[in-house]
Parts: sequence; C-alpha cells; structure tokens
Amino acid sequence: MTKKKVSGTQKRLIPAYIFLIIMAFLSVFPFYWMISAATNETLAVARGKLTFGTYTIENYKNLLAQTDLWGAMKNSFVYATAQTIMAILVCSLAGFGFELYHDKAKDRLFGILLLAMMIPGVATMIPLFKMISKAGLLNTVWGFMLPAVSTPFLIMMFRQNSRNFPTEIMEAARIDGQSEPGIFFRMYFPIMRSTYAAAAVITFMNAWNSYMWPRIVMTRNQAQTMPMLIANLSNGYKVDYGMLMMGVLFCSVPTMVIFFVLQKQFAEGVAGAVK
Amino acid sequence: MKSGNNGMSVKRKQEAAGWAFLTPATLLIFIMSFYPILQALFTSFQTGAGVKMAWADPWYNNYIRMFKDKLFLRSVGNTFLYLLIQVPIMLILAILLAQILNNKDLKFRGFFRTCIFLPCATALVSYALIFKSLFATEGLINHILVSLGILQQNYNFLGNPTSAKAVIIIALLWRWTGYNMVFYLAGLQNIEYSIYEAAKIDGANGWKSFWHITVPLLRPTIIMTVIMSINGTLQLYDESVNLTAGGPANSTITMSHYIYNNSFGTGVANFGYAAAMSFFVFILVAILALINMKVGDTRD
Repeated sequence: MTKKKVSGTQKRLIPAYIFLIIMAFLSVFPFYWMISAATNETLAVARGKLTFGTYTIENYKNLLAQTDLWGAMKNSFVYATAQTIMAILVCSLAGFGFELYHDKAKDRLFGILLLAMMIPGVATMIPLFKMISKAGLLNTVWGFMLPAVSTPFLIMMFRQNSRNFPTEIMEAARIDGQSEPGIFFRMYFPIMRSTYAAAAVITFMNAWNSYMWPRIVMTRNQAQTMPMLIANLSNGYKVDYGMLMMGVLFCSVPTMVIFFVLQKQFAEGVAGAVK
Repeated sequence: MKSGNNGMSVKRKQEAAGWAFLTPATLLIFIMSFYPILQALFTSFQTGAGVKMAWADPWYNNYIRMFKDKLFLRSVGNTFLYLLIQVPIMLILAILLAQILNNKDLKFRGFFRTCIFLPCATALVSYALIFKSLFATEGLINHILVSLGILQQNYNFLGNPTSAKAVIIIALLWRWTGYNMVFYLAGLQNIEYSIYEAAKIDGANGWKSFWHITVPLLRPTIIMTVIMSINGTLQLYDESVNLTAGGPANSTITMSHYIYNNSFGTGVANFGYAAAMSFFVFILVAILALINMKVGDTRD
C-alpha cells in the first residue's frame, strides 16, 4: 500500500527529474569540457574531441614557457589569503561591536555604512587608483586588498549571526575579570566559528576571482594574478585552446577545491546576510 | 562609594570598547567608499588625466558630452538589454529550481543542488574564456550544430552583434542561476514544510502552491535577489572584456567596460569624463535600489 503510494509520487516527479537532469548537465558540461580540453591538442579541441587526451604535459609545458604560472598562482594565493584574514577580522570586530554593544548612535552609523553597498566599483576606481598610487601601494598586497577589506555585506553577515550570541556569558566573563577584547578573542571567535568559516570562504573566492581592480593596481608583471594571466592568454590572434584551458583549469582548481570541501560554508556565505 | 565609581568606569570601558571594535571597519568604508565617491563627483567636473587635470568648461561639460556620446549610449543600451532579458529568466529559473529541489520526495537532491550550484566555483574570467572557446568559430557548439545539420557551415557567433549578445546572456545565465537558487533554497527553509503538505491535502497542485505559497513567502528574498542582480548587471565588466572584448565593433560593450577603456584602457585616458560616466552608473544603481526597497515596503 505505502510502496504503491511512494512509486506514484515518484512517477509524478518524472518531469521534475528530467528538468533537473538537463539543468545539471548544462551546469556541469562546461567544466567537463574545460578539463578535457586541457588534456588535448588545440586542433583536437577545435575538432570537437570530448574525451580525455594525452596532450596534458605539453599543454602544461607550453603554459609554463609562455607565462609565469606559478608566480601568478603564488600572488593570487597570497593576496586572497591576506584579504580574507584582514576582512574577516575587521568585519567581525565591527559586527560584534554593532550588535552586542548596540545603541541608537551605532544603529544610525550602521545604516550609513550600508549605503556603501550602492557604490559601484567602477565609480570609485579612479579616485582609489590615485589614492593607492600616491601612497606608493601599487603592486603591493595592500593596494590589492585595502578597498575590499571592509564590506557592508560581511559586517551585516557578522551582525545578523551575532544575534544568536549568548549575552549572559559576556556578563559572566566580565564579572570574572575578562577584558572586552578578551571576550571577543576568547569567546566570540570560537562560538562564531561557523560564521567565520562561511565568511572566509566567500571572501577568499571573491578575492581570488577579482579582476578589474587588480588589473588597475597590479601593473607589474611580477604582481600579476591568475585571472589576469589567463585573460592575457586569449588575447593573441591564434588561440591555443589546450593551453588556454590548462590555464583556466589552474585558475579554477583552488576555488573548486574550496567549493567541494566547504560547500555548506560557501552556500552559507553566499546567502550570508539573509537570515 | 568606591565600588560605585568602579562600576561607572567599567561601563565607560565597555562603551569605549564597543566603539573601538567598529572603528577600523567604519574608517575603511569612509576612506575607501564614501571619500572616493565624493572625489569622483569632483573629478567628473574636470577633464584630462594624471597631472594634467583641469576644470571642464562649462563645469558640467562631461555630462553633456556623455549624452551625445553614441558609444556611451550604446553601452547603456547594452547593459539594460542584458538586464531586461537575463535577470527575469535567471530569477524565474532559480526560483523554479529551488521549489523543485525543496520537495522532500525528490531523490538525489544534494547531487542536483551541487551540480547546479557548481558554476559559482568559477572565476568570472574563467567562465568567460570557457564560453568564448565553446562559441568560437572553430569551437564545440559550431561543431555540434554543423554535424547535426542545423548549420551549413561554422558560424562566427562572436562576430555578429545579436548572437554575441545572446552568448553573453547565455553565459550569464549559466554562471548566476545556481547562485540565486541558493538564496531561494535558504528562504524556503524558513517556510514550514507542513504548509505545503496542508496545501496538498487541500488539493493544491505544484503550480498552485508555487504561486500562492512560495512566491508570497519568498518576497523579501526575491526583492533582495532582484536588487543584487540589477546591481551586478549594471556593473558587468569581466564578461564584456573577456568574452567578446566589447565587440564586434563595440556592439556588446557594457558601461563599466567603456568607462574602464576611457580611464585605464587603450584609448586616450580622460579621468574627468570617465568619472562623469561612472557617477551616472552610481546614480542608476542608487535609484534602482531605492525603487526596489520602496516596492518591498509598500507591499508588506
């Protein structure tokens, strides 16, 4: 009896399954193609070869010969890590302050800071470029990350999630003689670690993927990031697709690893401030 | 008496700590967002670049020039075309997918969710290059269409303004649908699943419960995703630069791309003019965000 009912439900879901299979295929296929193309010679890629080839090493060698691949990987990694650490520190401090010490003045200030969400990057890039170059920070990790360290999105995310923070233990800690920074580092930080994980994942992804701003401030070749490196690869008249996709693969591996290992945190980070 | 004094100073210490905690973030936003946007406003009344900046004559000249600049107007038109076609399709697809994936009878939900969310793991430059290669004249899409007999010969998708725009829209749909779906799934989790079961008992089918339960209850999430999508589309840059390079003949260029070209790109740099155009983008983003918030308010 129940079995029949279940299979009936499943039967009604067939259109849903078909739709989902098509959507899942369309979503995954470009990835598969990228990986298979990275293992094939450019001619085979152009001929529409969809299976894995034996040209992987050559594509990698060509890429190494034409670009400073590992230099760019290192740069991207260092910049993105630095930005992640700074951003979650600065924004979590602010979220902590805004929520757990809140009063009218702070709420008003928070409302003002949220307005920064409306400011598009393209509108501030010229003044920021002037500022960063005047400060001598072109081609430095500071120039890369300073405009992106404090974001209303992250502050809001920490603030919203701080609502669940038990205020009684703050009082208890104060009675025990704990200082205010002590409360932050010894209690808030460990209790909020899932929010930190989500914030770190989303910040790292954004920093790794950023393109317009690095293109403006990282003017030297030695300071180049991975997105800049692969964008330059496709600029020539004749494109070597195998090599290009090898570069794209390198640029995607760190974010894909994070995606698969920390998918829950990533989804939480994306939807971070919704709660 | 003494303990009373101590209590006061502890209170004051707490007060000071609260402000100290939010100072770095606040200062950074003022220095890195609010001050530059004011600077951009000043710069927009000037002309030239680097050390050779001078006041424009008349001071609002850049704004007049902007509305006579055919290329800028085209970039505005393109951006709005992407906005009006891509955003509705994407959001409807995303909410449908979320609704389907929220069904507890469905099997392999986690698998499907992961697949559809996967495009978010790519850098914007990466997926732009993947789509550029897929739709190249000697690319896979052409190969498939020709061998299926749909096309007689390879077609230069990126060489025709209409098809190049279509490729950008397809690429955007691919990259961002799963992203928006995650918001809706998070929103749906806040809706008691029993509502759907009750509706089912009352005889409501999938569509009915979609329109009468999901959409109204998700309204705050929908408004937020609309704002974010508009905001993102108005600032499109990576795709225009890397997928089509704005071409053919600037027919797919976006506002941000054109502004970049006028300040750091290949053309003659004019910070003043670029700042004026970027201020226009800022005003657009701000107006659309305010309209959306108003819409959200009055309906509630």
